[in-house]
Formats: sequence, C-alpha cells, structure tokens
Amino acid sequence: MTTLAAAALHVRLGTKNVLQGVSATFAPGEVTAIIGPNGAGKSTLLACLAGLRRPDTGTVKLGDQMLSGLAPRTRAQHIGFLPQIPEVAWAVDVRTLVGLGRTPFIGARGLSAADATAVDEALSLTATTDLAHRNVATLSGGERTRVLLARALAGAPQWLLADEPLAGLDPGHQLDAAVLLRRLARQNGCGIIITLHDLHMALRAADRILVLAGGRILADGAPAQALSPAVLAAAYGIRAHIGSGVGGPVIEILERGPP
Amino acid sequence: MKVMPRPALIVILLAALIVLSVISLSAGKIWVPWSAWTSAGHDTRWVIIFELRLPRTILAIATGVALGMSGAALQGYTRNPLADPGVLGISTMASLGAVLTLYLSYFGAMGGATWLLPVGAMAGAIIGVVTLIMLAGAASSMLTFILAGVVLNMVSGAGVALALSLAPSPWAVNEIINWLMGSLADRSMEEVRFALPFIAAGCAFLVVASRALDALTLGETGARSLGIRLETTRFLLAVGVGLATGASVAVTGVIGFVGLVTPHLMRPLVGARPGALLIPSALAGAVVVLVADIAVRLTPSVTEVKLGVAMAALGGPFFLMLLISERRRLA
Repeated sequence: MTTLAAAALHVRLGTKNVLQGVSATFAPGEVTAIIGPNGAGKSTLLACLAGLRRPDTGTVKLGDQMLSGLAPRTRAQHIGFLPQIPEVAWAVDVRTLVGLGRTPFIGARGLSAADATAVDEALSLTATTDLAHRNVATLSGGERTRVLLARALAGAPQWLLADEPLAGLDPGHQLDAAVLLRRLARQNGCGIIITLHDLHMALRAADRILVLAGGRILADGAPAQALSPAVLAAAYGIRAHIGSGVGGPVIEILERGPP
Repeated sequence: MKVMPRPALIVILLAALIVLSVISLSAGKIWVPWSAWTSAGHDTRWVIIFELRLPRTILAIATGVALGMSGAALQGYTRNPLADPGVLGISTMASLGAVLTLYLSYFGAMGGATWLLPVGAMAGAIIGVVTLIMLAGAASSMLTFILAGVVLNMVSGAGVALALSLAPSPWAVNEIINWLMGSLADRSMEEVRFALPFIAAGCAFLVVASRALDALTLGETGARSLGIRLETTRFLLAVGVGLATGASVAVTGVIGFVGLVTPHLMRPLVGARPGALLIPSALAGAVVVLVADIAVRLTPSVTEVKLGVAMAALGGPFFLMLLISERRRLA
C-alpha cells in the first residue's frame, strides 16, 4: 500500500511562516487527526497533502511519486478532499452534487453505470439516501455536511483529506461520521487525515494525533501519548487534566495557563 | 418548477426555433405567403425571403446562441447569477475594439478591410474576459467580479465615447451610433459567413468547459480537488466567450440582456447544473432574439425600433426583478 509523505514543508503567506519544516508520513488504514490552535497551519498542511497548495520548499510524495508531478486528474482519483467551508454555488439536487465527486472519473459520455453505483454507495455510507432528490438549498446544516462528505466519498478515494468534517454536526451524527471514517480506514484500507478542534473527538476517533502549533509539529503519535498535559499547555496555553473515563481517556480543561 | 429531461427540453426548444424561423422568414412589412417560397426567383417576394430575411434570421439565431451560451458560461464560472457579457463589460469591450477599427479604416490606415471590424471586436472581447479574470483575482467572489465588470464597462464606455467625440465627421458618428444600438436589419449573407464560424468555434470552446463549470459548483478549491485545471478552464472561457460574443457584437452591435435572461429561464428546467445549462441556454437565447426581432419588425413605427434598444427595454425590468430577488444573497 502506498503512503502519503510530507518532507520538510515550508509555506510562507505574506510575512507569516505558516509551516516551518513539517515532516510526517501517513499510512493507509489509519485515521489521523491534525489538531492545534487557530492559525497553527492545519488547513495549509492539509492543502499541501492534497496537492492543492505547492509548498515553498519541501515535498509531498504519494507512494514513490511526487504529488506535484501527478496530473491533476490522476491525483484527484487517489486523493479526495473536503474543504473547511465547502461552497455549493447552485441549488442542485443532492444526487447531482454527490455525482460531482465522480468528476475525476467521468469520460466524454458522462456518468456511467459504475459512476451511478459509486454515488449510491456514497449516499448509503453517509445515510443520505433519503435525501437524494432533495435540493441542496433546503438541507439543514448537518444534512449538508453529510451530503458533502458523501460527495468526497463518491470518488472512492484511497486517501480522504477533510478539513473539519465534524464541525456543525450534532453529537449523534458526529459519532456516526467518526465511526464511518474508522470503518473506511479499517475495511477499505483508506488513509484518512482530518483536522479537528474537538479534543474528545480526536481522542476517540483517531488512531494517531498530530499536534501542530506555530507551523511546527509539537507531538505526533497514538492519541493518549500525543495529548499530554504538557503538549496541551504548549499548544493551546491551557491547563488540562487527562483522566480515564468509561470508554477511554477523557480531557478536562481546567483553565488558561501552563500546567 | 419541475426539472425536465434535457433531451425533451432541447427538442422543444428546437421545435420552437423552427416555427419561429418560418415566421421570421414570412413576417415583416410585407407578409410573404407560403406559395411564394417555391417560386424560385420569379417572384420579388422570393428575393425578400432569401436576400433579406434569411440572413437576418440566421444571424438572429447565431447571436442568440452566442449570447445565451456566453451568459450561461460566465454565470457558471463566476457562480454569479448576475453575470452576462453585457453586465460584465465584455460587449462594450467588443464595441470598443470594433469602433477603433472603424476609425482605422476611416483614415484608410488599413485600406478599409472588412475583416478588420470583427477581428477588432473579438480581440476586444477576449481582452475584456482576460482583464475581468485578472481584476477579480484569486479570491473571485461574486462581488469582485461584478465590480471588475463595472470598471471594465466604465473604461471601455469612456473609450467609445472618446472615439465618438473625436470622430472626424458627423457621418462617422452616425455610423458608429447606429451600429452601437444593435440591430439585425439589412444584414447580408456576407456577415453570416463571417460570424458563423467564429460563433461556432466559441461555443465549442465553452461546451468543452462544461465539466469544469459543473465542478466549480463546489468552488475553486472544490473544483481543483476534483482534478480540474482552472488555468485551462479560464483559457476556454476567455477564448470561447471572446469569440462568440465578439463575433456577434461585430455583426449586430450590442444586444444586451440575452445572456442574463436566458440562463435564468432555463436554470429551473435543467436542475441548475451549470454544464447542463449551456446548450438549453444557447437555444433559448436564439428563441429570445428571434422573437424580439420579429416583434421589432412587426411594430408599426416609421423607422424600425433597434433590436438592441428593444432588448434593453425588456431586459431592464427583468434585471431589476432579479436584483431584488438577489439582494438578500449579496447583502
């Protein structure tokens, strides 16, 4: 199986160094959560990994190929990307929207039977089959988030990179989405990289947590190891207690300040 | 409104076009009955049909197709339902290009070559689209695009006004103004031969871009993540809209609002997917221009009302309605 590997990524936006030497290798079959304070460079890192932003220096490789050397269509067949604030410009129906996820596969003759099957599958994975004929403009925020996740899954990508995919979902649907991501990693061998703000979700949903702060990796590893009180203090400037709950570790955020 | 199967919609539009074409060939100050159609040259009315009304009808359809499709493509690319070649200043840029060549040929600089005017118009239109894309920049939000269009309209309008004020003779002024108002009257097959290939080529470029326009529904990042090369899309759009709009402005002058109105009429029928909108929009554009041109011909007035003026009179209120319904989204 191919890996997705970033090596020494540097990105400068104006006068700000957004990424300062980020290196990480991602394995398929794993859910990685990138966490960190606002402005830490999470979205920029994700965009670099998706091949949507070229780092100033450093490389991203898919398997043994440079991501920047792949044709956009080929890259899009392997890597699905879900932006943080997904735009839906026109009031299309849900099925049409999810069908857009097949764009990297569509030939001159339009959507094939295989494309239709993939769309059906994406709809059923995200439990949005009932919404298929609804207009996107009439969906609730949570329904919209799930439909957009279905759009990203319609390409059956080997890698799914999603920027804040759980934001705006109620706890029930957050859990559904987390379970779905895990299942995609376990059963389909997808590599999944998401950015998150919710530390609890990161602890529960991810196999690996990457803590980013000030454009540098602060911690990287299994959730319980990566999220130590010291790391949380350094990354967010909060004092936190990590204890054990019924289903695993829980984080109690106490106050601002170092531990 | 209910979404219609696209083939059915296209067939209906084509049928409407055929019926309207027959009416367009028959209608005017002199009504030509069917019997005159087959008289092959013996009847003077045969001349009216084939020398006067046939080129006019073909040009009405071609211009409608060009403007309808350009409007749909621009709206798709900008994700802005208010975009159209007229609103965004592309038509005015085409006029500026054409007026400058009228000028050159007046001074005999280019030996009064007839091919110069369409080339000038198309060059103006292409420069217009490219400027628009550059002005709107990477963060091409709805607002920046419209503002870029306002700037383009102002600058090219000023250029046209300057050309008029510096015109060497009242006849030149008259000629330019007449042409600017947009009309299909007294066109010949020569203009048809000139405009048609470029309009066809322009539309072909736009149809190639339809998949990218679909993907742009998800925004620029979304489209890029789906493997769309936006540089290619921009190239197709600039050349496609430039050729189609430029060629139609070159032969008919400025006919506004077609590109704005027709995508709106078709959008609910095709289910809003921008790529699916192109061809229905083009056909509906042809229907709109043909109907307007027939109406203009049948209006009892001493001199014929200019088509461009008639379209503006119809399109203005429509644009106003649209603006009121869009106000909430823009605010």
